Amino acid sequence: MNWLALRMLTGDRGKYLSLIFSVTFATLLMTQQVSIFMGIVKRSASQIIDMRDADLWIMDNKVRFIDEAPYLPPTDLQRVRGVDGVQWAVRFHKSNVNARLEDGNFRTVLLMGLDDTTLVGAPREMIAGNVADLRRPDAVIIDKAGYEYMWPRQPYRIGREFQILDRRAVLVGVCKASAPFTTLPILYARFSQAERYQAGQRNVMNYILAKPEPGRDPLEVCRNIEQRTGLMALTQDGFFWKTIDYFLGSTGIPINFGITIALGFIVGVAVAGQTFYLFTLENLKQFGALKAMGVTNLRLIGMILLQATVVGVTGYALGLGMTAAFFTYTNRITHLAGLHMTWLAAGGVGVAVLLIILITSIVSLRKVLVLEPAVVFRG
Amino acid sequence: MSTILTDIESAVSCRDVVKEFGQGDTRTVALSGVNVDIRPGRMTLLVGPSGCGKTTLISIIAGLLNSTSGTVNVLGRDLSRMSGSELVRFRQKNIGFVFQQYNLLPTLTAAENAAIPLIIGGTPRRKAVATASELLAAVGLEKRLNAFPSQLSGGQQQRVAIARALVHEPRLLVCDEPTAALDAQSGRTVMELLKRVALQADRAVIIVTHDSRVFGFGDQIIHMDDGVVTQVETTRNTAAAPLYEVSHD
Ligand SMILES: Nc1ncnc2c1ncn2[C@@H]1O[C@H](COP(=O)(O)OP(=O)(O)O)[C@@H](O)[C@H]1O
Ligand SMILES: [Mg+2]
Repeated sequence: MNWLALRMLTGDRGKYLSLIFSVTFATLLMTQQVSIFMGIVKRSASQIIDMRDADLWIMDNKVRFIDEAPYLPPTDLQRVRGVDGVQWAVRFHKSNVNARLEDGNFRTVLLMGLDDTTLVGAPREMIAGNVADLRRPDAVIIDKAGYEYMWPRQPYRIGREFQILDRRAVLVGVCKASAPFTTLPILYARFSQAERYQAGQRNVMNYILAKPEPGRDPLEVCRNIEQRTGLMALTQDGFFWKTIDYFLGSTGIPINFGITIALGFIVGVAVAGQTFYLFTLENLKQFGALKAMGVTNLRLIGMILLQATVVGVTGYALGLGMTAAFFTYTNRITHLAGLHMTWLAAGGVGVAVLLIILITSIVSLRKVLVLEPAVVFRG
Repeated sequence: MSTILTDIESAVSCRDVVKEFGQGDTRTVALSGVNVDIRPGRMTLLVGPSGCGKTTLISIIAGLLNSTSGTVNVLGRDLSRMSGSELVRFRQKNIGFVFQQYNLLPTLTAAENAAIPLIIGGTPRRKAVATASELLAAVGLEKRLNAFPSQLSGGQQQRVAIARALVHEPRLLVCDEPTAALDAQSGRTVMELLKRVALQADRAVIIVTHDSRVFGFGDQIIHMDDGVVTQVETTRNTAAAPLYEVSHD
């Protein structure tokens, strides 16, 4: 009977393919959107992810997410250094500033000020230039996407100059960095340099980056810091999720993506369901004949579930393949770089496809199960 | 009434069979007390004007429909006492069907279509298709085993349907208007085949028709009108199947 079910399903190539295609399309739409959503949400915490040197982020205790941190008094750094379990602690600056290009255009950039002596938080992967050159006068390093945004279609030119608040900036390197949510260029500079880019403002430390002593529980060290200083201390992971949570709760992005994903699901149910339902309707006389000839309802359920499963699994697999191909291709496009199919998306969509298939089968099954075998004698 | 169960002469025996559809205003009485006996080894035609209840009656006899009241005994079994799943098994084992619209599966070849009842019964597919192919040869389709229904004429499709109805060697064959969709020549061929291939000493063949051109093929003709049997004609009384020339198209 399995053979019969498969022959009924695949016998009509056109209908078989359109059934598969509907599931493939729904899978592609949903997996792609969920993956992009996850990638974009993750971008809101890119600078936290990129921080490889320090494990702890210390900030004002009112901070809700990474882009919103007031400056701390310089004494806080000493206080944090004095906390039990802290191996080292350094200052860190993060802000948005305006850069003025050679041609007079302005670009807002994300400025990261790194501790002058240790350069904690410096980029790890250089495409051009050298991290050590950050110690040279007025030196800045920019990320790859930022370079392409500031100087489109120009080769990497080390040594080129531009201005930040009337101050000279000399490009000494181009690096890789995770794209920030705003897709602004990321500029790395020494802390003292960053201060100069802040219109004479001093004490522009809005974060303290720290490392717990080896063998100490980072969460315990965080608690120590909070108790001793009244600041907020978070592990990298904790800060990551704090930022993501804020982002999810305060922007329209989850809703917008949610709508697209729901549409993918509805399209999947509607198109796959409709096609499969029509397929069942067209075969209703045949199903009736099979019932008359002695096929039990149980066997019919098995046949339809098998047909639906074949369509679901094939369509889902093709959809995942197309999503993977999509991301492989778009990774060459700078703005989409770093986005990829996530296993969570694939798994979640797998569950959604299973639901689509179940709903579809149930609709078709109802039709077949209530079918009176006597209809075979009716015109 | 108690004699029915012991009457082994009859393959089918109906007593006072009533069938009503719907309730209240929409109530239709399709059969209002039908009594018939159908013997094996004969070709029984069920004839009468459209809407007189022929299809309803054979649906009940074939175990596809329950009667409202009365007794229906088929091959020694009282159908009204059988559960739904028993009826399904009973049909699968004992009854062959030929429909007016053939009802072949469009994505299966002729041989595969004809093999379906065996496959339903659990025969391995290869063996089932081989048996079905022999029967297709018997109905003159040995050259069209791998043709799909859409590649066959109406008459050829009905011959595939006949092979399918006989492949599991049922003891009762029910055919509803098997020639109604066919031209005169194809209709004759189908009737000749039914007489030559389907009819056996231990098999009852019931053919519903209002096609007067085929009345001559019946050994027994049951006339119905308005839900009752009005006349039973017995034209021949032999159990042996006479030989007919089969015309091939
Ligand atoms: N499922 C049904 N529901 C209601 N009425 C029906 C149904 N099937 C048949 N009938 C009615 O029963 C009567 C007999 O129908 P049928 O057995 O199909 O006649 P025939 O086959 O002789 O043309 C008709 O009046 C028909 O309308
Ligand atoms: Mg009829």
